[in-house]
Order: sequence, then C-alpha cells, then structure tokens
Amino acid sequence: MLSRSILSRRLLRQTAALPTTATASFSTAALRLPTTTTFSSSTRPLLRPAPASPLLRRLLSDQTRQAIDKAVSSAPIVLFMKGTPETPQCGFSRASIQILGLQGVDPDKFAAFNVLEDAELRQGIKEYSDWPTIPQLYIDKEFVGGCDIIVSMHQNGELAKLLDEKKVLVKGEEAEAEAAEAKKE
Amino acid sequence: MAETSISESSIKEALTLRLKATHVEVQDMSGGCGQSFTSLIVSPEFAGKNSLKRHRLVNAALKDEIAQIHAWSAKCQTPEEWEKEKAATGGNDGPPLDGTSEGKVVGVDQ
Repeated sequence: MLSRSILSRRLLRQTAALPTTATASFSTAALRLPTTTTFSSSTRPLLRPAPASPLLRRLLSDQTRQAIDKAVSSAPIVLFMKGTPETPQCGFSRASIQILGLQGVDPDKFAAFNVLEDAELRQGIKEYSDWPTIPQLYIDKEFVGGCDIIVSMHQNGELAKLLDEKKVLVKGEEAEAEAAEAKKE
Repeated sequence: MAETSISESSIKEALTLRLKATHVEVQDMSGGCGQSFTSLIVSPEFAGKNSLKRHRLVNAALKDEIAQIHAWSAKCQTPEEWEKEKAATGGNDGPPLDGTSEGKVVGVDQ
C-alpha cells in the first residue's frame, strides 16, 4: 500500500518558517531541513483505484505533480535525497550534501526532502525531473542534475559560479568567520 | 520488462550500440550483488552538449537497465575530451567513484 502522504501546503509553510539560525560552521548539520517533518496526508484521498497497469502506475498524478511543484519552489536550493542532511542514507546523497556545505550554501535558502519517507515522492520525482536516480538538485526551480553533475560542477567551478549568481551563499562576516574557523582546523 | 541480468559487459554493449560510444568502461561498484555500476563513456554524440544533456542521453539509452539497478554513475566525454584527460592524468582517468566508499557504493539498498 502506497503511503498517501505528500508535501502539503501546511508543510511548506512550516518549511518557509523554519528558524533562521544560520550557523557559520559548515557541517552538514547547518543545513537543517524539512526532511524530518512527516508529510501530511490531509490533502489526499484515502482511497484511490489501484493502478491498472505498470504503465499507468508510472504516470504522475496531478496531485503529486503539484506537491512536487511546491517542494521545488520551497527554497532557492532544493535537494531531493535519501535520508536527511544530518544523516544521509546513501553515499551519493552524502556527497551531494557535503558539496553544498563546502560551497557555503545558506541554510535559510536550502530545503531537503527525504524521498525515503514518501514512496510517492520517491517515484514521482523521477518522472517529474525525467531523471532515474536520487539525489536530485534544483536551483531556482530548475533541475541541475544528480550526484555526478554536482560533483563535476563542484570540481570545475561552475557550481560556485552558479550559486554566487543566485546569491544563495552565506555572506559577509559569517563566511569570514567560517574561513577563519576552517584555517584553524 | 524481461528479467535480463545486467552486467558490465551488457551495459558496455548497449552503450556502444546505442550511443555509438568509441570507448566504454563499466565498473561494478556493488561489492558483488551486481546492482550498482559506474562508467566512463566516450562518444562523439556528446559533442556540443552540456553535462545535463549528456547524462540525459545516457539515461535514455539505458532507461530499462537503470530502472533495474540500485545505483548508476557516469562520466560522459567526447573523444577529444577523453584524449585530453588521459594526457593530463597520465592515463589515470576512469569511471567516477564519488559517493562510493573505496569504489563500493553504500546505502543504496534503501
């Protein structure tokens, strides 16, 4: 039985209202997200006819699409991942979250969604993005890529440039404090 | 979908055929179960395409295969880029291992 839960309006409001404690440290814990929030089932019907065929099962329902639209719009940087930023459940999700941390992404401008908490999201996001694997990164609602692309953009400087252009990095004193901290270590 | 077993060689064959790849390296990073692969794909079809478009091309070419496995990683280069990288790395290029632990993927059973 599929879990009927999906990202509700209410959840996204919570996301937006997350405390703005931008810690300067670049541990992944600084990227604290709605992944720990359970998806609400309030917007979904309890019962729905069983899918007639594997083909139909793969079609994204309007409801799921809308919920993913909202998730993608919930922050300038959105990562769909396995596990949470604090506890990634897969090496590729871990690598991706670490890179966003290293780049200095502002936690206030970041949201992560744990696909392991929601079967519909897990399947739906693959179709939504036309991308077969998790993690998936969105910047300003635009699909950027999966782990391979994140890693290569991190290495060739494209990611730093893009994040800087989008103004989603921790700025000013915080960034300096962080750099000083990094030097100490 | 037929229950075909996916292997390094079946993926290599598919990419050579479907993407006219001139060089393919496929590496099993599953640690034995044969469900996770990483690859280096060299094809002239990547020319003039950005990274996202190249990966989309590969994902489309291997749609059925990727749907059956747990993890998939790829590096997509044109023959010219590959030559350049080989020269720059002294032949030490190959499939990407980011996100793996010493070449073995972890946590993909989820």
